[in-house]
Amino acid sequence: MSEGNGLVERLKQKGISRRDFMKYCTTLTATMGLSSIYVSKVAAALANAPRPPVVWLALAECTGCAESALRTMYPWIDTLVLDIISLDYHETIMAPSGEAAEKSLHDCVTKNAGKFILIVDGAVPTGDNGNFGTVAGKTMLETVKEIAPKAMAVISIGTCASYGGLPAAAPNPTQAKSVSEVTGIKTLNIPGCPPNPINLVGTIVNFLLFGKLPTLDDKGRPLFAYGQLIHDQCPRRGHFEAGEFVTNFNSEEARKGFCLYQVGCKGPDTYNNCPLVKFNDGTSWPVQAGHPCIGCSEPNFWDKCTPFYKSS
Amino acid sequence: MARVVIDPITRIEGHLKIEVEVQNGKVTNAWSSSTLFRGIEIMLQGRDPRDAYLFSQRACGVCTYIHGLASIRSVDSALQTKVPDNGRLIRNLLHGAQYIHDHPVHFYALHALDWVDIVSALKADPKQTADLAAKVSPNSPKSGVNDFKAVQARLKKFVESGQLGPFANGYWGHPAYKLPPAANLMAVAHYLECLRQQARTARLMAIFGGKNPHPQSLVVGGVTCATDLTPDRIAEFKFLWQETMDFVKNVYIPDVLAVASFYKDWGKIGKTKNFLAYGDFPMGPKEPDSFLFPRGAIFNGNLKAVEPLDLTQITEQIKHSWYEGDAKGLNPANGETKPKFDKYDTAARYSWMKAPRYKNEPMEVGPLARVLIAYAKGVPAVKENVDFVLKKLAIPADALFSTLGRVAARAVETVVIGDAMGTMLGQLVENIKKGDLNICDDRTWDQLPAEGMGAGLNDVPRGALGHWINVKDKKIANYQMVVPSTWNIGPRDAADKMGPLEQALIGTPVADPKRPIEILRTVHAYDPCIACGVHVIDAESNEVYKFEVV
Repeated sequence: MSEGNGLVERLKQKGISRRDFMKYCTTLTATMGLSSIYVSKVAAALANAPRPPVVWLALAECTGCAESALRTMYPWIDTLVLDIISLDYHETIMAPSGEAAEKSLHDCVTKNAGKFILIVDGAVPTGDNGNFGTVAGKTMLETVKEIAPKAMAVISIGTCASYGGLPAAAPNPTQAKSVSEVTGIKTLNIPGCPPNPINLVGTIVNFLLFGKLPTLDDKGRPLFAYGQLIHDQCPRRGHFEAGEFVTNFNSEEARKGFCLYQVGCKGPDTYNNCPLVKFNDGTSWPVQAGHPCIGCSEPNFWDKCTPFYKSS
Repeated sequence: MARVVIDPITRIEGHLKIEVEVQNGKVTNAWSSSTLFRGIEIMLQGRDPRDAYLFSQRACGVCTYIHGLASIRSVDSALQTKVPDNGRLIRNLLHGAQYIHDHPVHFYALHALDWVDIVSALKADPKQTADLAAKVSPNSPKSGVNDFKAVQARLKKFVESGQLGPFANGYWGHPAYKLPPAANLMAVAHYLECLRQQARTARLMAIFGGKNPHPQSLVVGGVTCATDLTPDRIAEFKFLWQETMDFVKNVYIPDVLAVASFYKDWGKIGKTKNFLAYGDFPMGPKEPDSFLFPRGAIFNGNLKAVEPLDLTQITEQIKHSWYEGDAKGLNPANGETKPKFDKYDTAARYSWMKAPRYKNEPMEVGPLARVLIAYAKGVPAVKENVDFVLKKLAIPADALFSTLGRVAARAVETVVIGDAMGTMLGQLVENIKKGDLNICDDRTWDQLPAEGMGAGLNDVPRGALGHWINVKDKKIANYQMVVPSTWNIGPRDAADKMGPLEQALIGTPVADPKRPIEILRTVHAYDPCIACGVHVIDAESNEVYKFEVV
């Protein structure tokens, strides 16, 4: 691979060896379901690309998606923000407030019209003319409608932006809708509550590597992350086949790690890569912690998958 | 006189707008407005009470877990479950993991840029920075001249790229920045270090919680992580906890003290006088008696008299909020309010938050309230750490009632809670050694009562948090949350008395209304977390709640 003057040099200065760098490229490549021959290409893409401008709008959300992005370790968040992308607007981390923050947003959108990536977390409240959510005196509805058409691509991160999510749960008090519904733009969706940061990073790398966004399923989700059912990848699947189920959380069956289907696990209806990559650097995922999957990356799961502890 | 509007306030969770009047370089009037409404409680009506924690946890992804805990405790109290000792300990450890993650992240990622001028760090001599680090944080790793040189070179390259990203349009060079370049460089290095440490620290919650943010291992009656009570998992937890506490004690605490020593005048700014804490961290089965941080209220800054709490004295008032209903305010147990957006008008209604009051007084909640109440009650670990800070900074105790005090209190309790986690983990190991692997009430859902009323009162990183629930026929008949940032950041009340943040802003100096960094200092010291503060319940019942506090 060509090391160029890009990322590898910058990493070296920070004491990150070429070996460490190749390790995270391998992790990303594996997550994206790419063959290992792409490892060097991923590294080259990361190292040589200019930093693409990114605007992150937070709408009716809980900031869980931003917190989740902060947990990325391959690469670290500081590497992502300082060396890979140019995060020009993100209310949770940016230095300026008020008018100065607004200036950052409009500078980026004007200078990079048609060239920036827009990431949105949170649903869009549309009830009462959008007045349930305002930033800088404008409704979120107005802002997203104004900014989204100017972006090169719109990524909806989290189930709220992707499909309406929690704010849209019945009876949907604020008439919250997905970004795609209110803008009419086909968004790339990275659902989850919150999603694993590796799926966001994988998407960005795919973009830098191939110059385009990854292949999506019919719900707008990248196939590399959401191509398979949780049930089909679950380490407890053998217990399902053997008819070994947990029915009480304080039981021998629970301690043996039996299947959680009868206490409501939604793994059989949920597309995601949780069992494969797990969360927080492979530390765990809900089923490993003995809790049924709640289907958090599926559209409308707050209504479709509840009551959560009832088997479907 | 100038009116200054800051919207959006950044480096917080959620959507907040602050408006102030400035006269002769000082804030003379203030309005705090929350600008997003989601209505989580409305969604909970009629649902399965077991699901409430998964919904309400999504009130906030920054203070993740804690709404889940409050919710589960409310259902536990309503249905009188028996949470086994291991259940208590694992819930505590998850809660502690949240604290020792959240507080350092607040200091570095959300608050530091109000005190630290990143651009000034470019002018620093790395040798001087290394000397400073050796003096103020001798046990901090990566503190050699070469380490600081590398950080400075990275910063220089970033600035020269012309793509300043989140640091563009910052208030760099503002006269209110007081740190010398060498200290700014040290702080920048630790800002970056914290960004990495927090990702490792978050693994603590994932070990027993399945993931972070929004862990998923609580259930009514206990926890689910049956397969994680193993030596390897406990060792992993212990290692990560130790690593985090090393960062807290060797980097975070010394940095807070070093930065504070340049900003001692902020011990006189941001004053409030009433404080309230529900208390938290049951260290044994008896609650609230066994709480690490005790329950109580302080009025008029009087540390000699901590009052016991009378929960019936809490009201939520809506005269200045976008809701219909009784302006005088009702107890959360029988509130009835409905959202009704009107225009933003500081003379009338201006926020989606209600104004909670205790005995009709605004009360500050959060680290400062907890630490002051524990200090006044003589809790040894708190007293020792507070006295250390006062001595180190050579400031009197009344300087704690301030913006500076809020920052210091957050640091103090991080140490106290972090240390207590060692005790909790030890208790868990002892139980497992004895063969006690119980993590949950043995009864299944069908065996639990179908009705009951309950409350889950917690003290979480941003302050006193209460969830109230009424269960009827195994369904949620009523749900109510009164959350920390509503106490702190809420608007004026029925008697037009300002909320704690509004009060604290009065007298804040503003050198340049176009670059109001001083206002951000006082706002950020509260660590506002707004998404959870805005909610409403559509209660039909007028019955008085009878609940057992858990």
